[in-house]
Amino acid sequence: MAGHQTYEEQKALVFYGLKLLGAITIVEVVVALLAKGHLIHGIKFSEGFGHYLYMLLMIGFSLYKAYFIIFFFMHMAYEVRGLAMSVLLPTGLLVWAIIAFFQEGSSWGARRELIKEKNEEIIKPVPASQPQGYWLPGITERNKG
Amino acid sequence: MAETSVTHAHEMHEHDHSEEAQLWEGGKEPFRASYGKLMMWYFLLSDAFTFAGFLIAYGALRFSMPTWPEPDFVFGSLPFVQAHWPLIFVTFMTFVLIFSSVTMVRAVQEGHRENQKGVVFWMLLTILGGATFLGSQAYEWTTLIVKENMSLSQNPFGRHIADGVYLNENGSEAKKPDGSPLEFHKGESYLMHIHDGHPTGLVFHDASQPGEKMIQHEGTKIKYTTGAYAGQVREAEMGPKAFGALFFFITGFHGFHVFSGVLFLTIIMINAAGGVYAARRNGYEMVEKIGLYWHFVDLVWVFVFLVFYLL
Repeated sequence: MAGHQTYEEQKALVFYGLKLLGAITIVEVVVALLAKGHLIHGIKFSEGFGHYLYMLLMIGFSLYKAYFIIFFFMHMAYEVRGLAMSVLLPTGLLVWAIIAFFQEGSSWGARRELIKEKNEEIIKPVPASQPQGYWLPGITERNKG
Repeated sequence: MAETSVTHAHEMHEHDHSEEAQLWEGGKEPFRASYGKLMMWYFLLSDAFTFAGFLIAYGALRFSMPTWPEPDFVFGSLPFVQAHWPLIFVTFMTFVLIFSSVTMVRAVQEGHRENQKGVVFWMLLTILGGATFLGSQAYEWTTLIVKENMSLSQNPFGRHIADGVYLNENGSEAKKPDGSPLEFHKGESYLMHIHDGHPTGLVFHDASQPGEKMIQHEGTKIKYTTGAYAGQVREAEMGPKAFGALFFFITGFHGFHVFSGVLFLTIIMINAAGGVYAARRNGYEMVEKIGLYWHFVDLVWVFVFLVFYLL
């Protein structure tokens, strides 16, 4: 309940939060527009290594915003440790979900290409004199079916 | 058999007795939080998993597709403005939610001081913020559905998989006003123009020009000059279908949270104004609980904004 803070301190934190979240959002949008070449014609860094850097930056900013909202706007910083841990620790499972499902998604992507190739593959007709498969020696004409 | 269970029960009893001092006897709140507040936290945890499931599905499907619509191109509309302004409108929506989160914190703080007028004032501002956000979302959805023909199963936004040139309806190469061929490059975005359910043309940026000028081109035929289809004339395809369904489901589910949040905020504000919580003398705990929910809605938006608009 933030009981150890004075009213003035609490109000100051709120306006600090407003400035902080607003500033991060503006930085995010400016970086996004710059990265994708909307701000300066001919300059962009949204491909290759720059793309990974860009994504890491965006995820980092978002996680920081999330941390600030949870800990200070939702007062998690002032709750007892057990409550904080019982809410925060289970979200760690999501790390695994993200890794597993993105891996799965990439695999679908890889197979999509394979299926398309196989669908477009042209198979030569086999002459009747050269049947497919293989027969063990000793199998009679009658067993061939 | 019976003998053993009796002995066992006896042991259990002794065991219980020795640790009595550490057991919860009622009266004190676990985690020093009231039942309602604790359960609100666990509800929000479960809700976080629901949203995470949706957003992870978005990621997995995006990873599985060879192309995906470029967010800057999809979300570039502004009310009253014809030009293409990527991300600006959604930034406005983000700010609306941040502001309403801040006014919510103020309402909770005034509640702790038992200041009834303060609670009602700041909650009213929060409700106005929520309503503004919903209105903005209605505008965004309307643009995508009515103007650009996006639906749960149809996504007119695509990106070229290779370089090539746009063709006229009669099969000849389309030209720019200066006579050079109207070319496109791998990764460039386009929007399929749909009339009566059929693709009739393409809308795209002129990449050779600075700024965000949109070009309308009649006809959907294109000729690739690179890649697997080099030299072939093909119909431009619509973008991945999943994009439309994911967009409407995820932003819709978030919007529904905002909507129900506005409803509950209104009910609680009316109760607060009527003195219901002042009589309880518990520092307007109900306002604190709806505050947690409201911040969570803002928190989810941080990630929806990241996944749909920034990445």
